[in-house]
Amino acid sequence: MDANFAKENEPMYDAPLGKNDVDAKDTKIAAKDVQVYYGDTHAIKDVSVDLLDKTVTAFIGPSGCGKSTFLRCLNRMNDTIDICRVEGLIELDGEDIYDKRVDPVQLRAKVGMVFQKPNPFPKSIYDNVAYGPKIHGLAKNKAELDEIVEKALRRGAIWDEVKDRLDAPGTGLSGGQQQRLCIARAVATEPEVLLMDEPCSALDPIATAQVEELIDELRASYSVVIVTHSMQQAARVSQKTAFFHLGNLVEYGETSQIFTNPVDPRTESYITGRIG
Amino acid sequence: MTDASIGGAAAPRKKSSIHELDARTRKRNASEARFKAFGLGAILIGLFFLVTLAVSIVRSGLPAFTETVVDVEFTLSQAQFDEAESTLFKTAAYSDLFIADLRGTLEERGMQVAFDEAAIERLLGKVGGTLREFYRANPEQLGQPVAFQLPASSRVDGYFNGRVTRETLEDTRFLQGSDLDLVDALHEAGVIRQDFNWTFLTGADSGVDNPGGAGIGASVVGSFFMMLVVLVLALPIGVAASIYLEEFAPQNKFTDLIEVNISNLAAVPSIVFGILGLAVFIQFMHLPQSAPLVGGLVLTLMTLPTIIISTRAALKAVPPSIRDAALGVGASKMQAVFHHVLPLAMPGILTGTIIGLAQALGETAPLLLIGMVGFVARGYPEGFLGGFTEPNSAMPAQIYTWAARADASFYEKAWGGIIVLLVFLLLMNVIAIILRRKFERRW
Repeated sequence: MDANFAKENEPMYDAPLGKNDVDAKDTKIAAKDVQVYYGDTHAIKDVSVDLLDKTVTAFIGPSGCGKSTFLRCLNRMNDTIDICRVEGLIELDGEDIYDKRVDPVQLRAKVGMVFQKPNPFPKSIYDNVAYGPKIHGLAKNKAELDEIVEKALRRGAIWDEVKDRLDAPGTGLSGGQQQRLCIARAVATEPEVLLMDEPCSALDPIATAQVEELIDELRASYSVVIVTHSMQQAARVSQKTAFFHLGNLVEYGETSQIFTNPVDPRTESYITGRIG
Repeated sequence: MTDASIGGAAAPRKKSSIHELDARTRKRNASEARFKAFGLGAILIGLFFLVTLAVSIVRSGLPAFTETVVDVEFTLSQAQFDEAESTLFKTAAYSDLFIADLRGTLEERGMQVAFDEAAIERLLGKVGGTLREFYRANPEQLGQPVAFQLPASSRVDGYFNGRVTRETLEDTRFLQGSDLDLVDALHEAGVIRQDFNWTFLTGADSGVDNPGGAGIGASVVGSFFMMLVVLVLALPIGVAASIYLEEFAPQNKFTDLIEVNISNLAAVPSIVFGILGLAVFIQFMHLPQSAPLVGGLVLTLMTLPTIIISTRAALKAVPPSIRDAALGVGASKMQAVFHHVLPLAMPGILTGTIIGLAQALGETAPLLLIGMVGFVARGYPEGFLGGFTEPNSAMPAQIYTWAARADASFYEKAWGGIIVLLVFLLLMNVIAIILRRKFERRW
């Protein structure tokens, strides 16, 4: 079974190894001893991890292991949940994001997020993308806003499909297009980090391929963190992989190493399909 | 059966045909049929009562929209005017002149009916007073023929509407059998006829002795100003309270307590709000009695829980993914709520508000306690501000007042008032439906 799995996926790990090799890069987000509690439940235990700039980092692990919870700590989306409590230190470029002086709104402009289910606003495609730049005052006039919207839609690899119908409602697009629109919306505010919470789980294989291709392109400009249930996807798009299990960060390292030569037996069990 | 086949080694399965219903299936089908029959029966009973109600309202209320008028052309010369004004019983002098004129008119048309002054008074009320009022106000009309449309008394009205017949009529000081001969004669001559009663729609309440002149217009205006107060106060307060409770307030014992109390408030009998309004707004704050302002304040208290509950339901129905999306691109909580959540909740909020207003429009009990009944709201308020502070009635209070009066004609007016009230309620519901359709968005 083990051997089978490895053989089947071999080309996936081997061929792009050169591409996936990580150059020396700066740490973008540093987490030290992070604990998250939902009421009395200890959801994240002692997680310390350094996420690199211009790198795709994948969080994998079985359902309920806390990977989405940890992701949502990185832009303080957990603040919206009343019973959620975060301890420990998370730094963005060396600045504590849970510091009293931090306004989460400003933080979220720097750390954008794409959600599991495509969630465009029930507004036009243009308004969907223009909303972020508008509230952050990134454009001085309509022409500049048009430019930002076009650039974001191009980055979201959806420009050619929607350029003739920017006034059409965003909710009228197909699932894959909606998700790319949401990615375009997230990049329109010029974030430094892009968090993606299972962005392809609601998409068909073709749309998934498009979004994965897009993630690879986005790596050039952003630090991308992606939560995924698909190990193949993690192997395809990421350079670094973190494996979570029962709230612990079990193993973190080069994607190629995690998938071919995991250190922890739990990681091996998971990627070979014995747990999770 | 299945147990047996699993446990036993080779117990043969009992043969059954799917073309035959077994006992269990028959029982199940029977109970389903019974349930359907009950449901249909319940709906039919409901429909029966609805139709009965509608028919009886329309049948009893429609006569309120017609009036019986007497068309008379009458000329008063300056000399006659001066002479009448100089007598002791001035209105009697006018009456005499009018009767003489009417006699002449009838004789011209070759009609022979005997009537006296008392009969005319029974038919048309105090004609002399009406004439005197008119000529004193319009002296330039003296000497010219003026076409008067005089409303007939409520019993004559009832005679035309079928409420009063010759069989049921007993000679009283209000109407006698001989008067009906006169009415028939006048009707034949085309002097007396039935007309659409505009006064009922546009007029104000009249005294207890003059049902013909009573109208619901002034109380519609009173209701309008009350609804204005309710809308201006209850909508912003209610929506702001619900947004705060739903989106911003921390979840703790205190907010739980507030929530429970808001729900309880919605179930408080309206008369309790009335006595609260009497104590607080009138006795303590000394706001004017019987004023739409006070009525509006009381109804605001009543409507608030309805608006808050429906607004919170509408806010809850907005998918959380929309909030996440807004927060995810860096919108503040307030921006997320006002730019994205509120527009999506709008249809629900508007529907709840209009239903709350409709409820308030038909509410009578609290108005009884703040003095919007028990007097005669004789006129329209003066000016916009006067609409809030001058004593006035409201539609349901006016209906209540009319229903309590002795004259059967007022009973008719009460039914007519109910038709007007229902038309307004129907209109508001239609507006609610239209707004909901217009603002509804799919996502």
